Amino acid sequence: MSELAAHGAHPPGFAHQFETVGQQREAGRLGMWVFLVTEILFFGGMFASYTIYRALHYESFVTGSHLLEVKFGATNTYVLICSSLTMALAIRSAQTGKRKGQIIFWLILTMIFGALFLGLKLRFEWYRDYIDGIVPGINWAYNGPHAPGVQMFMCFYFFMTGLHALHMVAGLGVLTVLVIMTARNKFSPEYYAPLEISGLYWHFVDIVWIFLFALLYLIGGRYPGS
Amino acid sequence: MSEHTEQGGNAGHVVPVSTYVLVFFALMAGTALTTGVAYIDLGRWNTVVALAIAVTKMMLVVLFFMHAKYATGLTRIVILAGFFWLGIMITLSCSDELTRTWEIVPKGWNMIVPFVSRLF
Amino acid sequence: MSTAQAVPAESSVNYLNANYGIKSWLLTFDHKRIGLLYLASITLMFFVGGVPAVLMRLHLIEPQGALFEPETYNKLFSTHGIIMVFFFLVPSIPATLGNFLIPLMIGARDVAFPKLNLMSWYLFIIGASFALYATLSGGVDTGWTFYPPYSSSYSQTHVVAVALGVFIAGFSSILTGLNFIVTIHKMRAPGLTWFRLPLFIWAMYATSLIFVLGTPVIAVTLLLLGAERILHVGIFDPAVGGDPLLFQHLFWFYSHPAVYIMILPGMGVVSELVTAFSRKKIFGYSFVAFSSLSIAVISFVVWGHHMFVTGQSVYAGLVFSVLSFLVAIPSAIKVFNWTATLYRGSISYEAPMLYALGFIGLFTIGGLTGLFLASLATDVHLNGTYFIVAHFHYVMVGGAVMAYLGGIHYWWPKITGRLYPDLWARIAAAIIFIGFNLTFFPQFILGYLGMPRRYAVYPAEFQVLNVMSSAGASILGIGYLIPLIYLTWSMRYGPVAGPNPWKAKGLEWTIPSPPPTENFTEIPIVTEEAYNYPVAEPRKYPDTPGVARV
Repeated sequence: MSELAAHGAHPPGFAHQFETVGQQREAGRLGMWVFLVTEILFFGGMFASYTIYRALHYESFVTGSHLLEVKFGATNTYVLICSSLTMALAIRSAQTGKRKGQIIFWLILTMIFGALFLGLKLRFEWYRDYIDGIVPGINWAYNGPHAPGVQMFMCFYFFMTGLHALHMVAGLGVLTVLVIMTARNKFSPEYYAPLEISGLYWHFVDIVWIFLFALLYLIGGRYPGS
Repeated sequence: MSEHTEQGGNAGHVVPVSTYVLVFFALMAGTALTTGVAYIDLGRWNTVVALAIAVTKMMLVVLFFMHAKYATGLTRIVILAGFFWLGIMITLSCSDELTRTWEIVPKGWNMIVPFVSRLF
Repeated sequence: MSTAQAVPAESSVNYLNANYGIKSWLLTFDHKRIGLLYLASITLMFFVGGVPAVLMRLHLIEPQGALFEPETYNKLFSTHGIIMVFFFLVPSIPATLGNFLIPLMIGARDVAFPKLNLMSWYLFIIGASFALYATLSGGVDTGWTFYPPYSSSYSQTHVVAVALGVFIAGFSSILTGLNFIVTIHKMRAPGLTWFRLPLFIWAMYATSLIFVLGTPVIAVTLLLLGAERILHVGIFDPAVGGDPLLFQHLFWFYSHPAVYIMILPGMGVVSELVTAFSRKKIFGYSFVAFSSLSIAVISFVVWGHHMFVTGQSVYAGLVFSVLSFLVAIPSAIKVFNWTATLYRGSISYEAPMLYALGFIGLFTIGGLTGLFLASLATDVHLNGTYFIVAHFHYVMVGGAVMAYLGGIHYWWPKITGRLYPDLWARIAAAIIFIGFNLTFFPQFILGYLGMPRRYAVYPAEFQVLNVMSSAGASILGIGYLIPLIYLTWSMRYGPVAGPNPWKAKGLEWTIPSPPPTENFTEIPIVTEEAYNYPVAEPRKYPDTPGVARV
């Protein structure tokens, strides 16, 4: 494979440690999937701890879970699913060579949904929890049954959703950069790798929330007598 | 594999908008379903159903939004490995945490029963 | 091995002199320069971590302790462990030799993500800075294992700062592992199929799997520990329903595979050294390759053997004990294969080979003593004693550090373009071998006799063995200082090495020493298997003409 042939016309964004654009694309995708595996294990440590404590202290965790409001959790789930759709459509727009305005439109919509998620969480869940005195370590004034176990549950609630929210914030940062790059005409049907791998990250964060919603808000059911 | 895909090759499968929209509605429906089922008394099965719906939603996102359906075998192995290792961590930790009170170690398949009943 | 390319005897422009100035080093994307940045940093961390060890051995000359209060002694062993494990051993071979060699061995121009590579180094430096700051302002006394509730509720030392340093350094290793996995999958030269790869690459690949799968768990565990300490919420506190053993499960889920992070690259180096210095193809290539992968996989299901006496359930203990016996098998397979490679090889005893031979012997001892510890009943007696200390030092120092030194010496000509004085290197290797055994073999006996570890005092009847161990430690320390001197000397005054001073097989030996920045002027096409040394003709015996007997 001679140097001259490989260095034909490389699109913008080609990195010279690679021999071909296809190689770079595959490497980028594989790299992002490997990174997501590390994130599975990272969140997984908390999920494992949560699973064990839930098994050992079931009633307390159900009591704690009922302190959370399903309607906010569910709304946030809907919001994130919308953001995943808009992200997928943003990537598709780049793939199919649409105008940059369209790509930016979908990216900004994704960011709006992400910001909406964070806003709802902060204002209607965490702030209210703070006022109600059920934030362990910061404002803990819970007087109900199973207090130690409920505190443990709320610890995990805040850690897990907090870690998730941090990842959302990072995602919003990434999306901002993508908007700027798109505005500067960096992407084309031949080169849209940053959009694609950021999309993988964004969808992953959505999946984590899907599980957080089920495990934190819905365990033990919400039927009368649960 | 040492063959490199040629320049411009494997540019990525373009998924039709209709597929995305269908998956979107399936996810929304799944969310509504899991929320609704929580208000029905199914005893132990509430958790099973909630997890099953969550896993289904995850599969939809992974396969279609994250293009795993159109990806190479290597990508699939990577994804499976991640979940498998998470499974190792949870299972083996539980093998201690949930069996502390055992006095006599049950024989054969009976070993698994207490696990299941503690978790669900 | 590759398509022929004219290799100049000494290259005038190489990665070392391509650019000058500190910015060209601190902002480099060249994997070779990044490897050297790591080399400098971890050499520093090795000696920083060695200081508390020397102090401890001096203190232990007296049964009542010669130098320190128990509180200070606790800080010494904690610091020694934390620095040596997280800031020396884990990054040692991967970040220095791995970074330098992987692209060269697979015929690539660089790793897949050079910018991430540089970021890894900066993360390592930041993490090490936090740990050093914490050490210099008083350190921690929790042991490198940070067990709660002591670390979360009672210790008055800088737990959060050190944990933060380890956390950040953890991300450094995650990114390195990620980089290596993608590089090895996607950037091999044409014709370089998986089963033609050098075994060092297999070992680095297996190590990278552990980096990627295990390190995130200790990261999140340290986060939880820090949160418990800062917010005073009892995640691992039994009073509020927490379980201190949960911390241990999460901690060891990483830290056991971490010890395989420390040894697997060393095994990869030994495979290279044994073949090069017996001028023979490795015996059982696929067995050695698969054993690396098996070690990586099985290492993740044995962590409970660190918790046999903690109150873990007997059921879990059974499971972990059986699996721990299993993990010894692939390691043994490697030792058998190296031995079979040596058999009837054309062996020469340059310093790298001395280190490799030392590794094989000392790792075998360390590994076998691990079986004593995997066995539940004997572990009850030996846990918490110096037997464990001796076991892990045999594998980590007698094994990993020896392999690291062997690799540094073997590839030194490639890295610097200079030869080091082999006589001094052999002397140093011998001193290290003698000093090491004198330090740690008595500790097996001490442990068996019941001397507990992490104690600042001990019963008087153990004094003789302790003094022997301390004497050995001083010899070992001198042994480690000698290479610093002659290796540094060689960079300026050593004879110029050609591209292949050892006449070894491997793509890295087909390019100039030191290599040019882009590694290969033309990407090679690989057509032959690894270690394709010429096979000696079978001997013919005069009394049976025409019949060849090998």
